[in-house]
This record gives sequence, structure tokens and C-alpha cells, in this order.
Amino acid sequence: MKTLWNNYRYLFLRRFTQIGLLFLYFGANAWGWTILQGNLSSSLILNVVPMSDPYAALQMLVAGALLSSDLLLGVLVVTLFYFLIGGRAFCSWVCPINMVTDFAEFVRELIGMNKLTGVKQPASRNLRYWILAISLVVSAFMGVAAFEFISPISMVHRGLVFGLGFGWAAVLIIFLFDLFVLRHGWCGHICPLGGFYSLVGKYSFIKVHHLEENCTLCMKCKVVCPENQVLHMIGKESLPVLSGECTNCARCIEVCDDDALSFSIRSMAQNKKTGE
Amino acid sequence: MKKHALSDRRKFILNMARGVGLATMGGLVWSAFIDEATASSLMLRPPGALKEEDFLKTCIKCGLCVEACPYDTLSLAKPGDKKPLGTPFFTPRDIPCYMCTDIPCVPVCPTGALDESSVTTEGVLDINVAEMGLAVIDEESCIAFWGIQCDACYRACPILGEAITIEYQKNERTGKHAFMKPIVHADACTGCGMCEHACVTEKAAIQIFPKELVQGKAGNYYIKGWDKEDEKRLKDAGEIHTTTDISRQKASDKLNGDLLEDLYE
Repeated sequence: MKTLWNNYRYLFLRRFTQIGLLFLYFGANAWGWTILQGNLSSSLILNVVPMSDPYAALQMLVAGALLSSDLLLGVLVVTLFYFLIGGRAFCSWVCPINMVTDFAEFVRELIGMNKLTGVKQPASRNLRYWILAISLVVSAFMGVAAFEFISPISMVHRGLVFGLGFGWAAVLIIFLFDLFVLRHGWCGHICPLGGFYSLVGKYSFIKVHHLEENCTLCMKCKVVCPENQVLHMIGKESLPVLSGECTNCARCIEVCDDDALSFSIRSMAQNKKTGE
Repeated sequence: MKKHALSDRRKFILNMARGVGLATMGGLVWSAFIDEATASSLMLRPPGALKEEDFLKTCIKCGLCVEACPYDTLSLAKPGDKKPLGTPFFTPRDIPCYMCTDIPCVPVCPTGALDESSVTTEGVLDINVAEMGLAVIDEESCIAFWGIQCDACYRACPILGEAITIEYQKNERTGKHAFMKPIVHADACTGCGMCEHACVTEKAAIQIFPKELVQGKAGNYYIKGWDKEDEKRLKDAGEIHTTTDISRQKASDKLNGDLLEDLYE
């Protein structure tokens, strides 16, 4: 039992926050709770603190909308939060789609899909930055926030809080895509929101640190990591994971039996040393 | 034939072309989808909504208006509703807008897509100036127009006597009864849909539509000569010359000239 907790402690915590937040949002619509109202696009904590999706606001801005002060305040709150704790913490601790893609990866391992497709991935992980750029161009062109009209994240989250309709199809599409088309396909290659938060969280304070002295080169961390390009230093150098693409999901920390990986607040001195 | 390895320069150019090509393709497909997805014009929006084009730009689809509504009137468009995804709307036949005086759905809007100033008169929230839509009566199916007494819509109207009035007219068929015809007045109607909700016919004979969809526009050429206010528009009226192929020449020249030839050809 102790090892179970030890090996999955962050995973438990992540599922707890993901489902817990969903539940609070759901309660707001269903039973009138005021702890967390709205949805991931924009919400209100205890009727006071506004939160708004900065990527949605950016699209609205280029689409030509006048951004209200309430919205900007909400954007500031969210951006500052993820700027400090790591942008893609959103992806692994909040986003409901994370549970779908994690499940797809679980099934991939289970049925041996990963052995079939091999290690080589046919698509670049920089695709998300292209899609991010295109979303802004299309927003400007069409005069609406382009990604917000196709985003399976908002579709599903909104759906779970306000009624899903055919939104389950979006979940299934992403699941099948990740399962049969591209490993870590949606979250690791396509999603422009993840790309956006990769950029926001680049200089965040909470980072996973690697201690090379402890590493036995078992490479469990690289296998379990959904963005394993960020772990290029494993067994080579004692460095923090500096890439903004790290989601701070902490799976690597859990699977490491040698205490070679841990969370810590990144120190400024270290940043200078590595030149980041 | 021996295969030549691509030079770095060619590789660079090809990769650039591929990137730009794929981005253009993706962007166009995406735009086409957005164009379709935002096309619905039959949406009834919450009170204070900006005009549709701006509303679609500005609404962040958070659903705070939906949660603020005490009557569960509003919902967010789901996939399959065939409406712009995630935006709030209401279906008056199911649940109309009950026109709360404190309009709880509007001040909660974080983006201003529901504009408080548009439902405010003299600094106080005023639901009576909301323009969610306009009630339209189908005289063919409205039983009051048949001569059967029914004033359900009139009674249901929150601004009865202003938004809906009853017009009395002699029923020549019976000779001794009156038609009591409901008439909607566009300047007072807010489009709340209480009338549509109350309508007794199988499918409502009075229905709410977005104003811009059902309202015409007379334009500047016509003036109500009997209306002192309207006649003032004449004061600042300038002259407008419209030149067409025919009006370019004098009428007599044109009529005696090639126009006739054109006609007889």
C-alpha cells in the first residue's frame, strides 16, 4: 500500500484536482454553488476572483473584440498563476482531456500499440506552435476566436458542466487519435493551448530537477514521460527540466526508484549557469 | 540513374514551402469550418447581447449568464444543436425570459458580450429596454384572428398594453361578435417570449425571432408627411443624383434615340 501511494502519489493528486475542479464547476451549475462558477474559459472564485483563459482572450483580441477590464483581470490572474507554477501544469492538473489521453496511452501500452508503431514518431512536436500561429491568423481573418469554436477542451469541459450533446464524439476522436494514429498525439503534438502554456511557463519557478549522481540509467522516467524530449539531460547532467513543454505531471518523479528526480523551486543562480 | 542527395539549400526551400503550404491548407479548412459554424442567424440571445457579429467575437462561452439565470432559461449551444458552439441562447416555447428587474444574467458577463449599458436607463438596470427579439404573429394560425376569443399572449406579456395591444374589429361573419386581434408593437417588445410560451395553439402562432431577421427598413427616401417629427428630416436632406445609363441623356433624347432602337431590335 505504501509503495502504491509512493509510485502514484502525484497521479492520485492530479486526478483528485482534475475531478475535484470539474465537480466544483458542475456544482455551480447544478446546485448553485458559488465556489467556482463558469468553466475553463472564464470563471469566478467565490463570486470575487475572476479567472479567464489567456489564450482565448488573445484570440478574441486579434479577432477584434474589445476586451473588458474584468476579462483582463481574469487573464492576469491565470497567466500569473501559470507563469509561476509552470504553464503546462494546466495540462496535467486541470485539463479534463488529460484523463482521456492518459487513458489512451495506458491502453496503448496494454495492447502493445507502442511496440507496433516503434519509437519513431511521424510528426513534429512543434506542430502545436504552428497551429497556435494559424489559430491567431484565422481568428483575425474570421473575426471570431477560432480555436474556441473547435476546442475539444472547452467543448468537453463545458459539456460536463452544462450538457454534453454530441461532445462525447470529441472525446472519442481524441482517444482514437492518440490510440491508433499518433502516440501522445493531441496533448503532445496538436493542442495549441498546450503550446501556448508551454510558452507562458517557460520561466516558471517550479521545475523538476535531475540529480545525475543518483541516476542508474534505468530510463523508466523517459518511458513514462508524455513529453520525453524535455528529459534530454537524464544520466548526463544534473539540470532542472527547463523546457516549457514539461507538464509538471511528476510521473517521472514517481517512477524513479533512485531519487534522481524531484520538484524544486528553481534558483536564479542555476538559471544563470545554464544560460537560460 | 544515380539518385542525388538534396542540397541543404533545396532542403531548406522545400521544407519552407511545405510548412507554408500545410499552414495555408489548414488555415483554409479551419476558416471554412468557422464560417459554417457561426452561420446560424436564428439565435435568441440573453438580454443586453451585442449585435450578433460582435457577440460572437466577444462571448468567451463561460456560461456565467446561464448559471445566473434563476429560471434555467439560458443554455449553451452543444455540439448537435446546430448553433454557434458554446454560446448562450434561449428557446422561449420551452422557457421564456421572465424579465427579472435586476437582470442577473447581464452584470456577471466577464467580457461585456452582454452589455450592461444597453439595458440601463438613467443609471438603473431596466429590462424593459432589452431587445432580445421580436414577437411575430402568424395570422393564419392565430385563433384570435379566426374570431375565437383568446388573449393568452396579451395576458402573458410583461408589458401588456404596450408591447401587445388588442385591436377590436367587427366580425362580419356572425354580425354580432368582435375579433380581438393581438397586435405586437416592435418599439416596446423585448422578445422575452412569454407570449410564445403562453400561446395555446399546437405550434405557437406567436413566435420570437431576432429583430434584424424580421424587421424591414424603409430607408431614407420615404418620409411620413403627416408626422411633424419625421418631416424635420427634410430640412437637412441634400440632393442625391443617381446616374444610370438612361438618365445620362435628356429624357426626350433618350426616348427618341437608341432606346427605341433597342426596344425594337
